[in-house]
Amino acid sequence: MLKLSKAIRRIVVPIAAAGALVSATAVQAADTIKVGVLHSLSGTMAISETTLKDTMLMLIDEQNKKGGLLGKKLEAVVVDPASNWPLFAEKARDLIQNKKVDVVFGCWTSVSRKSVLPVFEELNSMLFYPVQYEGEESSRNVFYTGAAPNQQAIPAVEYLMGEDGGSAKRWVLLGTDYVYPRTTNKILRAFLKAKGVKESDIMEKYTPFGHSDWQTIVADVKKFASAGKKTAVVSTINGDANVPFYKELGNQGIKAEDIPVVAFSVGEEELSGIDTKPLVGHLAAWNYFMSVESPENKDFIAKWQKFIKSKKRVTNDPMEAHYIGFKMWTQAVKQAGTTNVDAVRQAMYGQKVKSLTGTVAEMHPNHHLSKPVLIGEIQDNGQFETVWKTKGPVVGDAWSNYIPESAKLTANWKFPWVCGNCQKPKHF
Amino acid sequence: MSMTQSNGPFSFLYADKGGQIFLAILFGAAVLVPILNLVLPASSVFHMPTWVVSLLGKYLCFALLALSVDLIWGFCGILSLGHGAFFALGGYAMGMYLMRQIGDRGVYGNATLPDFMVFLNWKELPWYWHGFDNFAFAMVMVLLVPGLLGFVFGWLTFRSRVTGVYLSIISQAMTYALLLAFFRNDMGFGGNNGLTDFKDILGFDIQANGTRVSLFLASIVALASCYLICRYIVSSKLGRVLIGIRDAENRVRFLGYRVEHYKLFVFTLSSLMAGVAGALYVPQVGIINPSEFSPANSIEIVIWVAIGGRGSLYGAALGAILVNYGKTYFTGALPEAWLFVLGGLFVAVTLFLPKGIVGTVPSFKAMTRSRNSRSETAKTATGETDG
Amino acid sequence: MFEKLSGLLAAFACICVLSTSPVVAQDSKAVDLVQDLGSRSYSKIIKAVNGLAATGVNGVEGVLNAYLSRNLFVRKSDKRVVFAKKTDSQYRLFAPLTRQSLGTAKRSDLTKLRLNNRLRRTLRAALGGLTLRSSDPAQRIKAANVVFKAPKASQVSILKKVLAAEKDENVRPVIERSLAAAVLAHGATSKARAEAVIVLGTYSDPDVSARLKSLLIKDSAGRFAEKEPLVREAAQKALDEIAERVAIWDFIGKLFQGVSLGSVLLLAAIGLAITFGVMGVINMAHGEMVMIGAYTTFVIQEIIRTSAPAFFDVSVIIAIPMAFLVAGAFGVAIERGIIRYLYGRPLETLLATWGLSLILQQMVRTIFGPTNREVGNPSWMTGAIELDGGALLTYNRIWIIVFSVVVLVLLALVLKKTAFGLQMRAVTQNRRMASAMGIRTGWVDAMTFGLGSGVAGVAGVALSQIDNVSPNLGQAYIVDSFMVVVFGGVGNLLGTLFGALTLGVANKFLEAWSGAVLAKIFILVAVILFIQKRPSGIFALKGRAVDS
Repeated sequence: MLKLSKAIRRIVVPIAAAGALVSATAVQAADTIKVGVLHSLSGTMAISETTLKDTMLMLIDEQNKKGGLLGKKLEAVVVDPASNWPLFAEKARDLIQNKKVDVVFGCWTSVSRKSVLPVFEELNSMLFYPVQYEGEESSRNVFYTGAAPNQQAIPAVEYLMGEDGGSAKRWVLLGTDYVYPRTTNKILRAFLKAKGVKESDIMEKYTPFGHSDWQTIVADVKKFASAGKKTAVVSTINGDANVPFYKELGNQGIKAEDIPVVAFSVGEEELSGIDTKPLVGHLAAWNYFMSVESPENKDFIAKWQKFIKSKKRVTNDPMEAHYIGFKMWTQAVKQAGTTNVDAVRQAMYGQKVKSLTGTVAEMHPNHHLSKPVLIGEIQDNGQFETVWKTKGPVVGDAWSNYIPESAKLTANWKFPWVCGNCQKPKHF
Repeated sequence: MSMTQSNGPFSFLYADKGGQIFLAILFGAAVLVPILNLVLPASSVFHMPTWVVSLLGKYLCFALLALSVDLIWGFCGILSLGHGAFFALGGYAMGMYLMRQIGDRGVYGNATLPDFMVFLNWKELPWYWHGFDNFAFAMVMVLLVPGLLGFVFGWLTFRSRVTGVYLSIISQAMTYALLLAFFRNDMGFGGNNGLTDFKDILGFDIQANGTRVSLFLASIVALASCYLICRYIVSSKLGRVLIGIRDAENRVRFLGYRVEHYKLFVFTLSSLMAGVAGALYVPQVGIINPSEFSPANSIEIVIWVAIGGRGSLYGAALGAILVNYGKTYFTGALPEAWLFVLGGLFVAVTLFLPKGIVGTVPSFKAMTRSRNSRSETAKTATGETDG
Repeated sequence: MFEKLSGLLAAFACICVLSTSPVVAQDSKAVDLVQDLGSRSYSKIIKAVNGLAATGVNGVEGVLNAYLSRNLFVRKSDKRVVFAKKTDSQYRLFAPLTRQSLGTAKRSDLTKLRLNNRLRRTLRAALGGLTLRSSDPAQRIKAANVVFKAPKASQVSILKKVLAAEKDENVRPVIERSLAAAVLAHGATSKARAEAVIVLGTYSDPDVSARLKSLLIKDSAGRFAEKEPLVREAAQKALDEIAERVAIWDFIGKLFQGVSLGSVLLLAAIGLAITFGVMGVINMAHGEMVMIGAYTTFVIQEIIRTSAPAFFDVSVIIAIPMAFLVAGAFGVAIERGIIRYLYGRPLETLLATWGLSLILQQMVRTIFGPTNREVGNPSWMTGAIELDGGALLTYNRIWIIVFSVVVLVLLALVLKKTAFGLQMRAVTQNRRMASAMGIRTGWVDAMTFGLGSGVAGVAGVALSQIDNVSPNLGQAYIVDSFMVVVFGGVGNLLGTLFGALTLGVANKFLEAWSGAVLAKIFILVAVILFIQKRPSGIFALKGRAVDS
């Protein structure tokens, strides 16, 4: 029995100590406003997400130079979820419950967002998600500052169908096999059918993550394109696999004038790893390009390159999304006079920010932004040149009209709806 | 807890001092954690927040997984670099149950189809999803699926006498193939997004404190009972044969033992345990996704075992808990440099603590003793090789 | 008459552009059209481009070329379209047609003319029409190809004349093909057009099939795009013949893809065949050695880009020995620092090298940043050889195949024919005996590990040409590398070669049939099953040494 009591003592002490540690960190100073940054700094996604962490640090730094917010300094709390999805949920919880952050900016992949979603909803916290995604979601606790499919995919396809885009009649839908490409392609398929494109004129292909041998697929695309109709490729290939894909395109001599490839996940950052001379004319659809001429953008690029201490670093669309998201959040906090999540959320609706493209982005009650859609062609210097843009900003759809089950749903978090996926108002 | 004194069925624990301590710690945690979480008011200094309970629960699942690897690696010399696969399969079986429990509370309000099927336009539930709305059936599957895969894989490889690194590499190939397969959306397991947004388990809200604590307790019970099973096996005659196989497989075979039967048994058992660990893990972290199948994860499990101390069972559990706590801590405290720390730790442990943490304590004692008496015993104790 | 004139003018166009002498006859219509290039509407610009090409005025070719190379701008002050040339700090402006100087301007005073794929296509077509009679055969081929894509009725007679005058054997078939396409599109009689189809049927490239197939497309009302049954029959017949002809080339193309993938696998695995296969170290940091090789290539290209851009084409050649040395040095350091304490405990090398791989990845991430780095293909590695039927053998992949064979042969020679190779084999087979014979086993170990790592580094140079150069590069290949070594048989270079080629070719043939993801799964399952049949790979080492 003596042994047992000894053993118990061995357990009690460390656990109590751990508990004490936890509560001690929790009570810490409340004279700063804490902003959580939840982006992978290691693992497969570090390649894209590290830049966003730096963007957030820059924005917070800048805000502090302007005197902070509500008379307090902002404090960035950076953690590394290491491209590990369960770890994302754990870190989100850590940020909200333990580090007591007031808002979180983070995530890149859909699965990471899905992983943290229940945490944010349970703890009623706020996440700004800056990446283009498949839609089909509207959470009360997430603001989606990236593009929904109707802000990227559909306008791009419309452009390629039009005379200016080359009147494409035959379509290759190429993607990495995960939910974003699958959903986008599903929406596109429905859209193309509605436009009278035949089933036999659509080819859909999927590859694993990090696919590096594109010989067969590029050759297949060529073969598919030799059926006598103008062919275009819609690529939802995920970040890492793009470099070998474009290298293969260049080497197999697929010219944009013959078979244009429009991509939704390729931005300036991805292109910085490739020699773009053979790729001139291939396209991408985004809500922002680094090449856009506006005073805001010029200023932002200068600040970014100064902050990161490199003249070579580029800016991209998700960075702009964080820029807009952060500006909106600060405005909403000022308006609400508090960082309380419920108050800030109410203040977010209708909040307007001048985006880097010079247009006004507005937050809608479905938690999506209205932004202009730009189509750019790749230039030989690794930049995009805008060849087409929508007349005005397009409102992001949480639910696609091209998926029958989703078309019925409405996302509207204002009275009387107060709902992310309802068919009738809820009258809370 | 008077098992140490009885002559009953737990006699195999007599000589296992570390195991006694280990079980005592588990028991203590099982008593204390619920009190700290549920009884103490949130304002108390000693109150343990629910997320810490879940975090501990997650560590315990990893500990159980490490235990299952130690059983085959530490005692039978089978280095599986694919054990994450069994863990993930158990997790998926549980995840499927939890998905079916959501019912019409999904975003599309479809009572039978999970959300990801609705928006991929699936019209009906695939056949392999049937039955998972029943908890008992799902629990059978938690055991059956990983167990069956372990059995088939083991039956194939041990029968044809694939050993050593060959076995390690093909087990890695197995988990990699499963990773790619589960990754496909056409497989009907949610693709890369996996299964998430669970609502409740057996009718209890999965986010509620009580459920969380219960899951934690279930993890402790699972870990403790699996520990007892493993300890029982390795102290039995069967265990001695296993150790014989580990040290000199051919000799054991020449003595007339059917080596492959022994290996198959212990490998299947180990995959069952890994499956249970996965099933307990999923409701506590709230997501299961194909990345659990990734070869890197499986390698990491082996590393936990090595750090804790191979061949001691509780050492494996300790290693899993320590490394994962380190991960939790350093990814928050040193987000930019934690890989240096973790990588450095792995290198340092292999170089300086070749027997892991728990293996080093006794050999350290032996070393000081030998230094005092200038005897040769220490050299023979540390000079043994394994492989 | 007019066509003749424009052809003649085009022939002199380049000379006129080069000499900035004022052009005497200035067509005011052309000037207006040039001004139209500054329009916001693509359709208007296209009209202007076609109009310009039709005027045949001197300098038009120069204007169109300047447009393509993005040297045309609109001056914001007076909305005038100008040709601008960048000097040190500002732009010097010229009138596009005459190249008369118009002073200077800052970049912010100018707006670049809009350009997209549709326009680019139009520009090239217009230029093609103008350069069919160029003195440079390569230009003529280019021009004929452009005409092939969108032949105009007016070009039939030009093409006929050009073809009659063409002496160059390489150019003739291209022009003949374009002529056939032009006749098919604009021929007067169905007989002439059917004959054109038969001519086209002698070519096998995908563009021709595409053109022929387009004749057979039915619209929504079920009418064929081609109204003449005679032409349709000829097209169908030609297509059947083409299909028959290209089947074999298709197969060769696929085989090439397989061999190419195999050579990549071989390169990735070959270093591992030494560190793992020969030395028995389960080297999880192998992928990171490959990554270090790739980053070495990046650093060397950066240095060359900034200090001696003329040598860019040899940057990859320079990178090969450098990558070998850098990765080799890392290898020796790792062996001396860590691995040597772990001999006889192979499974623990797994843990230590795994830790190392984490450290090396994070190190590269800290030094070079987490994003992809650009490693360019030298000019001799870009482009492709086109087989009949459109299958392509890309140069970078051809070189990688050659390179992998060279590396393999060199390595085999080192192992079999040098004193070091002998010592190495001696040490791995019987360490004590070797030591007793006076071999410095420690030194041999370090050198062997260095050699394996160095070869991995060299593989990194090759992989940098086709894949990402990022901190994750190594991780992507590690599972495949181990598979190849184990499948081929541990400790056997020939086995590694066979393993890599088999997996590569099988993967590519499966991929064509089942898609990329399933192909990979099938291959993995096949290897698992194969190992059951031959538990030690294709080429198993015989004797007791294996069963230690």
